[in-house]
Amino acid sequence: MLRFLAGLVGLGFVSALFIAFVMPREKVEPSAAHEYHLPEKEVKFSFDGPLGTYDRQQLQRGFQVYKEVCSACHSMKLVAFRDLEEIGFSKPEVKAIAKQWPVEVPSINPDTGEAATRKAIPSDYFPSPYANETAARAANNNALPPDMSLLAKAREGGPHYIYSIITGYQSQPADLLKRFPDAKTPTGLHYNPYFANLNIAMPPPLVADGQVTYSDGTKASVDQMAQDVSAFLMWAAEPKLENRHRTGTAVLIYLIIATAFAYGAYRNIWRDKKH
Amino acid sequence: MSFPWAENYAPKNPLMKWVDEKLPLPRLVYNAVGAGYPVPRNLNYFWNFGVLAGIALTVQIVTGIVLAMHYASNADMAFNSVEGIMRDVNSGWLLRYMHMNGASMFFIVVYIHIFRGLYYGSYKAPREMVWLLGVVIFLLMMATAFMGYVLPWGQMSFWGAQVITGFFSAIPVVGDPIHTWLLGGFAPDNAALNRFFSLHYLLPFVIAGVIVLHIWALHIPGSNNPTGVDVKGPQDTVPFHPYYTAKDGFGVGVFLIIFTLLVCFWPNMLGHPDNYIQANPLSTPAHIVPEWYFWPFYAILRAFTVNWFWIPAKLWGVLAMFGSILLLFFLPWLDNSPVRSANYRPAYRIAFWVLVVDVLILGWIGKSPAEEPYVRIGQVAAMYYFAHFLLIVPIIAMVEKTKPLPNSISESVLHGEAEEAAPIGVGSAH
Repeated sequence: MLRFLAGLVGLGFVSALFIAFVMPREKVEPSAAHEYHLPEKEVKFSFDGPLGTYDRQQLQRGFQVYKEVCSACHSMKLVAFRDLEEIGFSKPEVKAIAKQWPVEVPSINPDTGEAATRKAIPSDYFPSPYANETAARAANNNALPPDMSLLAKAREGGPHYIYSIITGYQSQPADLLKRFPDAKTPTGLHYNPYFANLNIAMPPPLVADGQVTYSDGTKASVDQMAQDVSAFLMWAAEPKLENRHRTGTAVLIYLIIATAFAYGAYRNIWRDKKH
Repeated sequence: MSFPWAENYAPKNPLMKWVDEKLPLPRLVYNAVGAGYPVPRNLNYFWNFGVLAGIALTVQIVTGIVLAMHYASNADMAFNSVEGIMRDVNSGWLLRYMHMNGASMFFIVVYIHIFRGLYYGSYKAPREMVWLLGVVIFLLMMATAFMGYVLPWGQMSFWGAQVITGFFSAIPVVGDPIHTWLLGGFAPDNAALNRFFSLHYLLPFVIAGVIVLHIWALHIPGSNNPTGVDVKGPQDTVPFHPYYTAKDGFGVGVFLIIFTLLVCFWPNMLGHPDNYIQANPLSTPAHIVPEWYFWPFYAILRAFTVNWFWIPAKLWGVLAMFGSILLLFFLPWLDNSPVRSANYRPAYRIAFWVLVVDVLILGWIGKSPAEEPYVRIGQVAAMYYFAHFLLIVPIIAMVEKTKPLPNSISESVLHGEAEEAAPIGVGSAH
């Protein structure tokens, strides 16, 4: 009886699936976003691979790019000035960076209690360039510049994706416009085949070599700046990467030895039992 | 315990003797996982996975309790509190990545454990209760994992919760009020997050309780084995300790190595990048996908695309998805072949391996976007899934010609040789 009922239920599910299977499908129109989207570019970072580490000099250069270019629109709410000590800035340097930050920290006037601002100190998180989302959208053609704290982990491809976006701006291919005349990039947006729908609101952030002047003498080509800021954003998203790799290596060495001993113990205990 | 040849506990240590007289806890341990539990001598490595599942649950409970000390279950604070754990709590990144990937390890191990049971017929008499309790544990695990994934309050947390809780609104007539009542609102928000946190903390202990019953029920008939033949006498068994404790020790080592590789080198490989974006009810992600361990079930849910037999497609999908797990409760009676192990069941063995491939395909489809050719492939795969359990297995059980079974476990191991083989390296006859 049970098997009979089960068979009926099984036939029910199978028939519903069969009907769904033979149903004709709506024809899917090809879309420009589907055909012209590109996977992220190949680029090598020092932190790639299981034993990778951050290049402190590169992170400092990347921070400079963030400070002078990105931070005009992008917040980084989860990273504090004090965290910069981890990428090789000294305490006084961090203090100076916080103090000179162009955006001040919301505060209150100690005498009147009215809203006011004050200079940042090392324990502050990076102040956001806009007071709120509405202000950010109003200033950016209704697009919201995403917070950068976790950007390198919140996108498929991570820092490689960020690098590809920054260096991926180009003019719209002629054959795209021929095949999809409706897909012309609207005014105010910018064609970038590494962006999911091909049209990104962010204008090209790095446009000329030497846009930032590196203090360590590295030549600030667009490619170099893009790599540096991508590396910096990876650090911002995953500051404990080096601890993680170090811990993993030590734990693995220990576990491999321990497991070898465990295997030996197992063989030894079983040596007189066929199994 | 229940074996007539099980060892009786005879404490040598006077302290143990004293304790055992007052509270027979030493006796319980001795007969549960000690020298007093005789286990078939021919268990292969697939029998390690029960212990590994227990280890995985322990890892989850220990890391979870510490994480809960730092987590804020409030829709405005949850996301940032998790990032606070990652950045500012001492070794918080390690705890959080262990908990995140520990869930994946738990499911990997349990899936292998379940398929082991399917291959060797461990669900059959006299172990039906072990199997039933196992399915209960699996359901509890799924509920726990789902609610845990909501807690970081990222985009996939939120939209996953939106989709999964939406199942309840598929119930005819009362669906919408039930949906609202369960969520404490019309969409997942602070009320839902708080009750998910509460239940996510509770359910692992319920799982632990059901595991006790699962092991208890196992100890009545004793463990199954790769031949599926019953234990006939003491020559077929070895004491659990030290034989299987040693073997499990090695298994745990391999488990921890793989776990470490995930946690320390590829911690986000099994996650979704969108969950590093704070939940935003106004912005729907391009593709909503659950965690990898739900992909096969998600594929079954989405395979039902037409209204059929007066039942709307959505309800078909929800019924099928729950049905795909609930049918496991009936498996011991759907498959009434007296032979347990697939090693002696040529037709069932083929069906088993087709099922393994089928579930892998369903997983791939569950992760893929709902477009052709994925939808049709998923529909065929879902058809096989239901046909396998509800039609093919019962029919095979009736018509299959099974291979002859060995007379006993010891015969299958020793092939008529002397009980104790010569030490390793000294003249082995074949």
